[in-house]
Amino acid sequence: MLGRTLREVSAALKQGHITPTELCQKCLSIIKKTKFLNAYITVSEEVALKQAEESEKRYKKGHSLGDLDGIPIAVKDNFSTSGIETTCASNMLRGYVPPYNATVVQKLLDQGALLMGKTNLDEFAMGSGSTDGVFGPVKNPWSYSKQYREKRKQKSHCENEDSNWLITGGSSGGSAAAVSAFTCFAALGSDTGGSTRNPAAHCGLVGLKPSYGLVSRHGLIPLVNSMDVPGILTRCVDDAAIVLGVLAGHDPKDSTTIQDPVKPFVLPSLTDVSKLCIGIPKEYLTPELSSEVRSLWSKAANLFESEGAKVIEVSLPHTSYSIVCYHVLCTSEVASNMARFDGLEYGHRCDIDVSTEAMYAATRREGFNDVVRGRILSGNFFLLKENYENYFVKAQKVRRLIANDFVTVFNSGVDVLLTPTTLSEAVPYTEFIKEDNRTRSAQDDIFTQAANMAGLPAVSVPMALSNQGLPIGLQFIGRAFCDQELLTIAKWFEKQVQFPVIQLQELMDDCSSVFENEKLASVSLKQ
Amino acid sequence: MAAPMLRLCCPGRRWALACIDGCSRHRRGAPNGCTSSRRRGQSSVAQQPFITAQKPRKGEHEWAAVVGLEIHAQISSKSKLFSGSQVHFAAPPNSLVSFFDASLPGTLPVLNRRCVEAAVMTGLALNCRINKKSLFDRKHYFYADLPAGYQITQQRLPIAVNGSLVYSFCAGKNRSQVINKTARVKQIQLEQDSGKSLHDDLRSQTLIDLNRAGVGLLEVVLEPDMSCGEEAATAVRELQLILQALGTSQANMAEGQLRVDANISVHHPGEPLGVRTEVKNLNSARFLAKAIDYEIQRQINELENGGEILNETRSFDSKLGCTIPMRDKEGKQDYRFMPEPNLPPLLLYDTESLPAGADPQQVIDIDRIREQLPELPSVTREKLVQQYGMLPEHSFTLLNEVGLLEFFQNVMKETRAEPKKVTSWVLNTLLGFLKQQNLAVSESPVTPSALAELLNLLDRKAISSSAAKQVFEELWRNEGKTPAQIVSEKKLELMQDQEALEQLCHAVMEGHPQVVMDVKKGNPRAINKLIGLVRKATLSRADPTVIKEILEKKLAS
Repeated sequence: MLGRTLREVSAALKQGHITPTELCQKCLSIIKKTKFLNAYITVSEEVALKQAEESEKRYKKGHSLGDLDGIPIAVKDNFSTSGIETTCASNMLRGYVPPYNATVVQKLLDQGALLMGKTNLDEFAMGSGSTDGVFGPVKNPWSYSKQYREKRKQKSHCENEDSNWLITGGSSGGSAAAVSAFTCFAALGSDTGGSTRNPAAHCGLVGLKPSYGLVSRHGLIPLVNSMDVPGILTRCVDDAAIVLGVLAGHDPKDSTTIQDPVKPFVLPSLTDVSKLCIGIPKEYLTPELSSEVRSLWSKAANLFESEGAKVIEVSLPHTSYSIVCYHVLCTSEVASNMARFDGLEYGHRCDIDVSTEAMYAATRREGFNDVVRGRILSGNFFLLKENYENYFVKAQKVRRLIANDFVTVFNSGVDVLLTPTTLSEAVPYTEFIKEDNRTRSAQDDIFTQAANMAGLPAVSVPMALSNQGLPIGLQFIGRAFCDQELLTIAKWFEKQVQFPVIQLQELMDDCSSVFENEKLASVSLKQ
Repeated sequence: MAAPMLRLCCPGRRWALACIDGCSRHRRGAPNGCTSSRRRGQSSVAQQPFITAQKPRKGEHEWAAVVGLEIHAQISSKSKLFSGSQVHFAAPPNSLVSFFDASLPGTLPVLNRRCVEAAVMTGLALNCRINKKSLFDRKHYFYADLPAGYQITQQRLPIAVNGSLVYSFCAGKNRSQVINKTARVKQIQLEQDSGKSLHDDLRSQTLIDLNRAGVGLLEVVLEPDMSCGEEAATAVRELQLILQALGTSQANMAEGQLRVDANISVHHPGEPLGVRTEVKNLNSARFLAKAIDYEIQRQINELENGGEILNETRSFDSKLGCTIPMRDKEGKQDYRFMPEPNLPPLLLYDTESLPAGADPQQVIDIDRIREQLPELPSVTREKLVQQYGMLPEHSFTLLNEVGLLEFFQNVMKETRAEPKKVTSWVLNTLLGFLKQQNLAVSESPVTPSALAELLNLLDRKAISSSAAKQVFEELWRNEGKTPAQIVSEKKLELMQDQEALEQLCHAVMEGHPQVVMDVKKGNPRAINKLIGLVRKATLSRADPTVIKEILEKKLAS
């Protein structure tokens, strides 16, 4: 049951094959067993069980609230949850319990979803590995999959297996791991430069970044307000569409959401792609791209072509400026957004009380990690009066050029762009931390962040396993507010590629079975 | 900048503008205040405030002062600029604080329509160009009562620009001359108020009250077109009246709804402007004038003594009557302005540009707001002068005292007395009593109806004016009696009985033959003595003119 998609389990609930409480308990037990993944910062067991109880009552009365009623979900720990600690994986917000729900959280709860807990991330979502949070790194469930382990055995490495676990990607790595390890059926991530799509690709999931303005940011603790979008992580495209259908729409509390009414997202099953035009941006063919991803990318292009779609090479000429432009805009907004964390109203406060200024300084030094402080420092530099024109204004202009690149391409008749999501498959943690956060973020966001700059919808869909047995995802980028069209194409692609389900036998057998690898379990539980 | 200047004068009326006190020259050693040393026959003082008709003679150290103002007016609205919390003065600390006001992470600003309308209306009243598109910015600084670490304001593209504020004051002999001046309005911007810090020096801690945090402000920036404290105070007073007439701000300085920062510099006429200082947080008109004049003189003295003026922020110590540097504002602040990413551009429409089928709740139509503009104080004053033949300075006084105009108009509605008489009673008697006891017009124990009734009695010649004063004093004691009751109880009505009066006159003449002789000898003053004696005999209840007539008749016979 746990390996099923959201839609399948929703049907099972409706048909009474399983009750919400049973489902919730199973998920809770998996959460406990996979604690070593460090996917969750907070497990809201009591809340979830209570919600399950209420859901069960509704099902008994035949008054289910819809597809999400009784479905276990997880939420990244940078969304405000009323009464549940929300930390952003930072010392600054340790112990902070928001008095209100983010709009997206409220919408999920209003649909009867069960909130299993808050998932791990890079501190304040600044990172691309889910390795830089105060609660430690998230481990990629695929590190423990049958697929990956068998490949490794074949290669007969003698390294210590357990120390060689893989990163999930990030910054929504906790949400990705939570869905991938069957602890829930959908999870909310946030996506500012690729933070939902990147871990989705590394964890073999569908990762959707909706159009900017389609989904409310109210309650999402911001990284870059002008680029942040709540993201959706699911096991299949249809599930993402169901969740998006619940989340999308105008929110009076977020002035940047669109006013137009949003229709429910029902995805038709495409049978004919011959009328589609798929654009392949030539600038995305970078030297850093691994040969395996590159060949899967062209395989995907060929697939569309062989089914009759028009596949053309397109140019997004300003792509190469994207990284540095993003850096300026991101750090500037970070510097501004982080100014509120002064230890006065909420969150961490240091013991120093010689003066208000000294208290600010020490609070912020203790509360933020080096990555956050570094970004605040650069952001404030870019915003200085003498630098503003040369950096911030220039970056805004470049951002406009990047957005215009997309407009030009879509105006030329292209329906969606097909690109890689990541440079390669997930790398081991020990490998990942050889580079610093800034370098990593710059490298890993390369294919994803332009969509944030332009506010476009983008989705990462898992395509195949690499030679190492690890998932590789490809990205589709659509026209602004054509999220449904984008997902429809993604759904067709998903059906063609038949991406394999992660094999975590020891977890799937749930309560009855013995772990295949006892050693793994005992080691993990010490985490 | 020049264009809006042409619209300054009130249509239909031109004040005599010759011989205006310059108010912009300060001599060495001159005492604080408006020292006029030169007269200028120019109407738009603002346009070229420092060009003199004559160049100062060599060796004459003349100084010109330049004063610009930044005025923060709290918008009169039910809720705050970007949140739904209520706005109330003197509510219990931190009782009106939404999650957004406390800057809880993840909260977003939602613009209050009422505040935008207030800004547009104020802009129209100040002859501004309303920007159909304006933007919001973040201004960053760390302060304990600024929870987000930044203030949302309109730095790049404010909602209204290029307006003008015409203000007038009385000058000359008896202050009977009305002078019109103009200060250009650079811009009006919408912004958030901060919270309040209460410093407890004893326990060396600071307490924060966020009730005010996020309340909508109109920042009105006046160009440096003023040249002394009185001009600045008068301009602010006029702005206050306009805001109150519009209802866009209660503009009560004592409650902090109107706060003024003044930018002040001095220079020699004909030379570039001097380095300016900013005096912050002036919260009464009197302190504003005092602070500016003090600061002007301080700068002159500093420069005369070979010192230099620092570009600094100062505050006014009302007890010492001087300005002092603000220690926490030392050093150059870089506010690191940045566009507010959570608020889309603010778009306004007029009848022409209004999109078809637009939801009226979602759009703001400038033309509709223009139609709703109430009468502005300058027009009201003009009407008073025209309608009642009132002296201009009286029209100023009527408007300057809160509620006085309404009181006057209510009296006018119920009395047949001459407007001049009513004006005199309201401005001299009523206002005198109020001032003496430090009361507001709304606290007056004498109601407009009572005064109207009293004036009717006077008008009918039922009582004498001295008796009327007595009645007023009785009314002031507020014992619930009507003027008529007081008159009859105190027997204050004029003697209407001609025969009785004639007898009295006769008796007085009989009793004072010496005085009668004096009159007959041709001493014209002597008759006044007789009148006084008769009045005394009537207990002041007779009309002196009637007595005089009877006496004259009798003396002539």
